[in-house]
Amino acid sequence: MVPNHRFPRFPLALITLGVLCLLTGSYLGLFVAPPEHYMGNVQRIMYVHVPTAWNALLAMTFAFAAAIVSLFKSDLKWDARLEAAIEVGVLLAFLLCCQGAIWAKPTWGVWWDWDPRLTTTAVLLFAFAGILALRRFVDDPVKRATWSAVATIIAYVDVPIVYYSVRWWNSLHQQQSSPATVSSQFYLPLRLNAFGVLFLMSGFIMLRAEIASRRIATELAPPPRDLVGELA
Amino acid sequence: MITALRKELLLQWRTRAQAIAVFVFGATALLLFSFAIGPSAALRQYAGGFLWLGLLLSSTLTLSESFHAEMENQALEGLLLLPVSPRVLYYGKALANAMQLIVLGIALVPVMIVLYDAGTTRIPTILLIIILGSAGISAPGTLYSAMTSQARAKQTLLPLLLFPLIVPVLLASVKATSLAILGDPMDQGRAWVLLLVTFDGIYWSLCGLLFDRVVED
Repeated sequence: MVPNHRFPRFPLALITLGVLCLLTGSYLGLFVAPPEHYMGNVQRIMYVHVPTAWNALLAMTFAFAAAIVSLFKSDLKWDARLEAAIEVGVLLAFLLCCQGAIWAKPTWGVWWDWDPRLTTTAVLLFAFAGILALRRFVDDPVKRATWSAVATIIAYVDVPIVYYSVRWWNSLHQQQSSPATVSSQFYLPLRLNAFGVLFLMSGFIMLRAEIASRRIATELAPPPRDLVGELA
Repeated sequence: MITALRKELLLQWRTRAQAIAVFVFGATALLLFSFAIGPSAALRQYAGGFLWLGLLLSSTLTLSESFHAEMENQALEGLLLLPVSPRVLYYGKALANAMQLIVLGIALVPVMIVLYDAGTTRIPTILLIIILGSAGISAPGTLYSAMTSQARAKQTLLPLLLFPLIVPVLLASVKATSLAILGDPMDQGRAWVLLLVTFDGIYWSLCGLLFDRVVED
C-alpha cells in the first residue's frame, strides 16, 4: 500500500470554516453585542466559554462512544478516534478551566471556586489526562486499545456522579440561560462561535485520528527488510 | 468465588509484614497531616478528611501490589486457564482488597481519635462508612491495578488513573465521617451514605463486566 501523504482536504475545510465562524462570532461578540447589564464587558468571555464547554463535553462523549465501539469491534481505527477525541477533549477542558478562572476573578473575586461544574471539569480533565498517560506507557497496540477503552468508559460514567456529589457539597455557579431569556444580540455570536469551535474540534479530531492510525499502522507493520537481513 | 477469595486472603496473610508496613505508612501520614494545621481545635474539624486521605494514600500501596503474585511466572495466564469466568477472579480480588482496606481503616481510626482529639460515640456509623468507602476504592482500584501492573511506570500510573475517579467516594466518605464525629443535627449523613452505596453499586457491576476484556489476550 502506498501511503497517502497529501494533506486531508475535508478536515482542512472544516478547520477553515471553524476559524471563519469564530472570527465572525467573536467580532459580533466583542464589538456589536452590547455589554451585559450587571457584569459589563466581563460577560463577553461567555461567547468563547460556553461554546468551549459544550464542545468539550461533546468531544468526551464522542470518546465514550468510540470506546464502546472499539471494545466490541476490536477495530484499531476506533482506537485512533478514541485517542484523538480524548486529546482534543482534554485540551478543550483545560481551556475551559482557564477561561473560567479568568472570568471568575473579576466576577466572584477568586480564581477558583469549588462549584460543581468547575470541579467536574477539573476532575474530567485529570481523569482523561490519566488515560492519555496510560496510553503512553503501554507498548502493545491491542492491549492499549482495550485498556484505554475500559478506562474511558469508567471515567465517563463517573462524570454525573462527580457532578451531583459536588453539587450537594457546594454550589455558586451561574444558572444556565436559555435562548428564550436571552436577546438575539447575545445568542447570535454565541451560536456562531459554538459552530466555529465544533467545526474546529471535528477537524482536529479527524487529523489527530489520522496521525494516530498511521502510528498504530507503523507499530503493527513488520520490521523493514534490511533490518531483518542484518539480524539474520 | 469463595476459593478465589480464600486464595487472596491466604496470600495477604502470608505477606502480613507488608500490611503492617502500610499501616505504619498510613499512621505516619496522619501524623504529618496534623503539621499542616498545627496544634489547634481545627484538627478535630478536619479529622475525617485526614483519615480518608491517609487511607487513600495507603490504598495505592496495597492496590499496586495486588497483582504482584499473578505477574510472577505468568501465573495470571494459569489462572485464566481455569474453567471459571475471569469475573470470579476479579470479585475475589476486589473483595480481598476491600477487606484489607477496611481492616486498615479500622486500625487508623484510633490513631485519628488520639492525634486529632476526634472521639465519638458513633463508632458503628464510622464502621459502615469505612466499609462502603473501602469498597468504592477497591472496585475501580482492582481493575486499574490489573492494567497498570502490566504497564510500565505502574507506581505512578495507578494513582493517576484512580484518584480523579474516586472523587465522589472521597467527598462522601469525608463528609459522612466528619458529620459522625462533629454531630449531625440535620441528618445529612444519610444522603452521603446513599451516594456511597450508589457508587459502589455502579462500579462493582461495571468493573466486573469490563474485567474480562482487561485480562484477555
